Amino acid sequence: MPTRISDAPPLSRGALLTRLAIIGAVLGVVVIAFAWAGGFLSPNQVTPAKFVDFFVATGHAPPGFRSNHSKGVCFTGYFEGSGDGTRYSKAIVFEKARTPIVGRFAMAGGQPYGADAETTVRSMAVRFALPNGEEWRAGMNNIPVFVVSTPEAFYEQLIAGAPDPKTGKPDPAKMKAFIDAHPETARAMAVLKAHKPSSGFSDETYNGINAFRFVDASGNRTEVRWSAVPVQPAPVDTPVAGDKNAIFDAFLADVAKRPLQWHLVATIAKAGDPTNDASQAWPEDREHVDLGTLTVDRAESEDAGYCRDINYDPLVLPSGIEASDDPLLSARSAVYSRSFRRRAGEDKAASAVSVPANPSAEATP
Amino acid sequence: MSDTERFSFFSRVLHWLMAILVLAMLFIGIAMVASVTVYAELVAIHKPIGAAILVLVAIRLINRLVNPPPPLPDWMPPWQRFIASASHWVLYALMFALPLVGWAMLSAADYPIELVGGLHLPAILAPDPKLYATLRNMHSVLAFTLFAVVLMHVGAALMHALVYRDGVYQSMATLAPSSRRKTPPEPITPA
Repeated sequence: MPTRISDAPPLSRGALLTRLAIIGAVLGVVVIAFAWAGGFLSPNQVTPAKFVDFFVATGHAPPGFRSNHSKGVCFTGYFEGSGDGTRYSKAIVFEKARTPIVGRFAMAGGQPYGADAETTVRSMAVRFALPNGEEWRAGMNNIPVFVVSTPEAFYEQLIAGAPDPKTGKPDPAKMKAFIDAHPETARAMAVLKAHKPSSGFSDETYNGINAFRFVDASGNRTEVRWSAVPVQPAPVDTPVAGDKNAIFDAFLADVAKRPLQWHLVATIAKAGDPTNDASQAWPEDREHVDLGTLTVDRAESEDAGYCRDINYDPLVLPSGIEASDDPLLSARSAVYSRSFRRRAGEDKAASAVSVPANPSAEATP
Repeated sequence: MSDTERFSFFSRVLHWLMAILVLAMLFIGIAMVASVTVYAELVAIHKPIGAAILVLVAIRLINRLVNPPPPLPDWMPPWQRFIASASHWVLYALMFALPLVGWAMLSAADYPIELVGGLHLPAILAPDPKLYATLRNMHSVLAFTLFAVVLMHVGAALMHALVYRDGVYQSMATLAPSSRRKTPPEPITPA
């Protein structure tokens, strides 16, 4: 029986139902495509949220803290370009000029009140505020290579090393299975095992680990990795026995006495050096360029702001520095952003590392 | 049967250009937050397209006031006319709100807002993490709302095209600048 809607000639019931079905199908396809794009149809997809949820669940980072590298302290200072970097990059930060920095030293892991240990991975994050309003944010670690080369492998490795719900301890068989399937991890672990960390923050070398591209004024691109190499030897103060914050406190005592400095050194890749695999070091004989000196002259508590609310996203780069084809860079950017979104809305308790009033810095004109 | 005029040529160009951009942005947006591998690439295009949509929707609002849409056909009852009009204004409001909230939230998060080739937008808010968290969640809620309203809009357009056959779909569907009058409905073909 024909159904009359609108002024158009009526449609038979069959024709009407067919047309409604077509409309429903079109809308259904759009909804399914949207769900697919959002990963809702692929529960095994490795998402930024899964990393953050993993770190929060295993590290128990309290509200407001970073889900990883949760224990930290802020610092301020400046970077003084040597001018040598301008051969490879047009970034104005490499010119002979001072750029203010706000950074953060931290211990890896999600335990902001955990005890310091020399064997815990330590990190240095730096935000350069360029005079033209651009920014460069860099996150570096005191390990020479990363333990995996892809975000998917990293997630697999985290799961393999997570405590078993039955025993409360990681299952060695799972980790062995992961390493057997990932020879690059076995090689990286050997490199990491041979690497000896320094005793403190001040005398440690921090490596960018991921490759980046420098772009010069003519548009030529050079693959690089960078490291912050310390100028000063180990802190002179012996840490107080039983001090859970021994390594942080040694840094605080050190920076109260003298400005601490690092050379920011770029390693220039040769053709064939792996730029998409952070688990492999580049040969030692590569050209090194001293880009300039990082000076850390003041520590600041996280509680007072400073670095607390900065997401040290490694893809915040100035003109003259670009991401390489390293797949970890996009993943770091995605996961840091997810973590920042989580903690930004939360009230944060006081940090374990408290910075005493610094009369010498306040007396500085 | 009332004759329905078409939208002006410029209105139709704006509509279809923005239809592509808005739909692309919804898909890019939902894909990027769930991705680790293509996150960076997607974010890098999400920002300039968002800025483009903000400029285009401003042009479009002015155009709508200068070139009002053709009247709806006489058969449509008042409740349908109300929904048609209200949903269009909701679409306009969301097309303004999403890029503005995106811009504001990146400002509150203290991120540099790079569009393309080193071109940066200034911050429109002082850094404020709590405000960022609120705006970031608002951005998602508004995006899902926009997706729902776009679905309604597509559903209504197809209803006009296939069921009502009243020229409303044709008034926007073609990009041909010629005829100002719709063609009469096709003869009925029983299914």
